[in-house]
Amino acid sequence: MSRAVSTPLVVGVKGSALDLVMSTLYFDDAVPELMTMAETDRIEDSGLALPIPVYARFQARGFPIVGTTLDYFAFRGLEIADGRQLAIIGETVLGAKAAEALGLGPGDFLVSSPETPFDLAGVYPLKMNVVGILAESHTSDDLAVFVDLKTAWIIEGLGHGHQDLIKNKDASLVLERNEKNVTANAKLRLYTEISEINLDAFHFHGDRSQYRLTALITVPHDSKSGTLLRGRYVSPAAATQIVQPVEVIDGLLQNIFRIKNVIDAIIMVVGIATILAILLVFALSLRLRQREIQTIFKLGCSRLTIVRLMAAEILIILVFSSVLCVGMMTVVDHFKNDLVRIAFIR
Amino acid sequence: MISISSLEFQHGTGEFHLRVPEFTVAEYEKVAVIGPSGSGKTTLLNLIAGILTPKTGTVSVNHTQVSSLPDAERRDFRIANIGFVFQDFELLDYLNVLDNILHPYRITRALLLNKEVRDRARALAENMDIADKLQRYPDGLSHGEKQRAAICRALLPQPKLILADEATGNLDPDNKQVILDLLFDSVRNHDATLLAVTHDHELLKHFDRVIDFQHFRNGASV
Repeated sequence: MSRAVSTPLVVGVKGSALDLVMSTLYFDDAVPELMTMAETDRIEDSGLALPIPVYARFQARGFPIVGTTLDYFAFRGLEIADGRQLAIIGETVLGAKAAEALGLGPGDFLVSSPETPFDLAGVYPLKMNVVGILAESHTSDDLAVFVDLKTAWIIEGLGHGHQDLIKNKDASLVLERNEKNVTANAKLRLYTEISEINLDAFHFHGDRSQYRLTALITVPHDSKSGTLLRGRYVSPAAATQIVQPVEVIDGLLQNIFRIKNVIDAIIMVVGIATILAILLVFALSLRLRQREIQTIFKLGCSRLTIVRLMAAEILIILVFSSVLCVGMMTVVDHFKNDLVRIAFIR
Repeated sequence: MISISSLEFQHGTGEFHLRVPEFTVAEYEKVAVIGPSGSGKTTLLNLIAGILTPKTGTVSVNHTQVSSLPDAERRDFRIANIGFVFQDFELLDYLNVLDNILHPYRITRALLLNKEVRDRARALAENMDIADKLQRYPDGLSHGEKQRAAICRALLPQPKLILADEATGNLDPDNKQVILDLLFDSVRNHDATLLAVTHDHELLKHFDRVIDFQHFRNGASV
């Protein structure tokens, strides 16, 4: 909740506000509809807030790759514990727990996970240089792999680096060469790692304003700016929405507590019904055994002994059912996280 | 052996009212009680056994006034002196025949279960011709075998008085005679007194005396 409170506004494509907030704040697996960089420019131009783009779509060995700008680190108060901050594209800074889990430190490499391994024209894994490890913040940032926004776009395939066809005179690389353009064939080698040597060879194609993001963390300069900014997203025709994470998370928690109350009520009703059913079973059992009880009495058993016999039977049943119940509860308690994940998440 | 005088009994609901001015059964006597259903024959047996207590009057068995004994003493007296054979056998389904026979010893401290009692139970079963059925459960027995087991249970504490409530009521004619013979033999062997309620008039000739319960309605003494 504190993360939601500390994040004033989030802009994203219209749709599930919860998905947008969960992806932007907690880098959830469910990626919302993608927006474009044009929205960043729009907010910047408004002068009402600082937009911090977030592109959290890819993964590296199970940890989310978060493409962003250096403003993000300043906004979250994240500090480098080991190494240095991002400086050039192709570099990565790891969250404390991600680094620990991956066993990586400055000077190591981390390869992004391919999104579609069987698509030859798809996104290629990028070998990233680990340059820094963040101090532990006890937030989702600890489990993230941070890269520059451009690095994220390179992973997506919007930017790439390859052999220089102007300098390289190898005719076998060229399909067609004229005064204005050189067309390479499939033999042209694309770089899968960004280094100081090939850094200059990396470039982007297309309109930058159309490059994609998952969300924009928007930090208004003051409350009035925030209100004005929110007003600009009121229009039903707008393709984007602006949400206050604290409201979304609060609504989520209210729903969770509402569901909890309903479940508690159901458990109580089921519990009462179970107790009544048990009492009914005992009552019916006693009624069915009236003849047997009467026989035992006629044979010379005292009523007190009969009551003790019945009580002992009920006690034995209760003890056995309690042991069974405790055993089942222990098993459920031990596997509760896995059960919830299996039943409700995946 | 049995002496009843000025007995009055009323069930809780008040619909049933039994009056027995005088009723006596001598020692070693075999007495049959007949009468219409609902006339109070079973109630009379329960009063003699001390299972029920009269509103007024006295019930004495073997010179002990059963009706005036406290609950626990009355129960102990019944266990030690009276054997009860029920019409529906009243065997417990979850016990085998031997355990059913020994059951009175297990539910009261007034009887002591030891090897001698177990041996006696086996001997009784032998006499009743159910020795090979001792490990069986009641579900696996015929009606005649069930009643033999029930008689064994009643005789095991060697009571001086045996009360039989329509003990042959659920049996076929052949079994009736066999069970009655066994009951009479056992009563003779144990020097006991028998008071049996029956609806079967063919069996009455075997008893020393027959009491028609219809008499009590007319206020007669027996």
